[in-house]
Amino acid sequence: MNEFEYRAPQTLAEALADYSAHPSAKLLAGGTDLIVQMRAGRKTPDVVLDIKHIAELNELSYDAAKGLTLGAAVPCHIIHNSDVVKREYPALAELAGIIGGTAIQGRASIGGNLCNSSPSADSIPLLIAMGAICRIASAKGERTVPVESFCTAPGRNVLEPGELLVSLQIPAKSKGTGSYYLRFIPRNEMDIAVVGAGVEVTLSDGKISAARVALAAVAPTPLFVTEAGAALIGKEPGSEAFEAAAQAARNAATPISDMRGTVAYRKHLCAVITRRALEAAVAQAKERQ
Amino acid sequence: MASKVRVETTINGEPTEFLCEPRQSLLECLRDVLHLTGTKEGCNDGNCGACTVVMNGALVTSCLVLGPEAQGARIETVEGIAKGNQLHPLQQAFLEEAALQCGICTPGFLVASKMLLEKNAQPTEQEIRLWLANNLCRCTGYDKIIRAVQKAATQMAEVKA
Repeated sequence: MNEFEYRAPQTLAEALADYSAHPSAKLLAGGTDLIVQMRAGRKTPDVVLDIKHIAELNELSYDAAKGLTLGAAVPCHIIHNSDVVKREYPALAELAGIIGGTAIQGRASIGGNLCNSSPSADSIPLLIAMGAICRIASAKGERTVPVESFCTAPGRNVLEPGELLVSLQIPAKSKGTGSYYLRFIPRNEMDIAVVGAGVEVTLSDGKISAARVALAAVAPTPLFVTEAGAALIGKEPGSEAFEAAAQAARNAATPISDMRGTVAYRKHLCAVITRRALEAAVAQAKERQ
Repeated sequence: MASKVRVETTINGEPTEFLCEPRQSLLECLRDVLHLTGTKEGCNDGNCGACTVVMNGALVTSCLVLGPEAQGARIETVEGIAKGNQLHPLQQAFLEEAALQCGICTPGFLVASKMLLEKNAQPTEQEIRLWLANNLCRCTGYDKIIRAVQKAATQMAEVKA
């Protein structure tokens, strides 16, 4: 690994000032992507800023009006075991238990998974489906970006030099809302999604009143499929509506063929995984009415 | 040579100080600086779990932790599992069930299994397999390891009762 200077700012203001002075620095939270990339020589920063001692990046709090504030550096094992997350966002608690294995979840954060911006990232489709908003800060000020607008290309996102992701804001979920993330992997665990689908549906008076669908590993960025959501709204939750959304997901996907699957296989999986994720989300929505 | 940083940490309950370059992993610091060679290097990229240790109550692969990140942390390694000459029930069960052959993966399996049993005293086979999915073993085929963890869980429950 190349030599670098390690710094651990204790406050957000300190981190932003330092990052603004050294925009080529790399930000370290759990390090499960960054340290691998640095060891492989793919990233060679001269400064590493360890941002996980900053209070705002460790926040995990819930407010019935504001929803969940999830600090960008909160590790998956905290999310997976959080009572409030398990109660209010069960799909998120479950997701935090399937990224990597136990010792990866001890370090890896959802914020880091988002900032690594891999097309196959497990957390991003669910964050999109749940309507999560990024709180981004720099020495010049703050801005917010919806997660569906965050990734711009494989490994790239909207963060400008000197900007860091502080936290994610996930809206509070009304009664009758269910969410789910489902991925297809050839193993049972510790694998990268061939296709993943994050979905959220809201039921009112027996019909779907709101729906969001997003896919992993089938486009250069995580894919928000508005057509799939539109195909569900106003419909009764059932196989006809699910099939329409599944076909919309398949049509929106523009995957590549690689070691994990061919284009045809991935497009087929888009429909299957979307349908099954919707079935699980609707079952959860009915439980939560 | 980059300048070294001083790190004050606690390892297996002992306040410990060491010097390291920022680019040295916690794994390298444990093995090469502190000569705690129980923790093993396998893949060095977070897949195999041979270097698993506990850091501030969380299971981590020490190859994916930078040495300076240990500042102020509580680290537990395989060296802290036995009480003097008395093996932990997991270590005893690993021996009795022949849950190791070459032994490189064993420290990681022991550290991970110990935390599992602290969180879930009677895990199912499925729960053990899922928890230990971050630890690879190329010798045993896993069944013996699963049996050893189950045996240790049973023995620890008997001791408690």
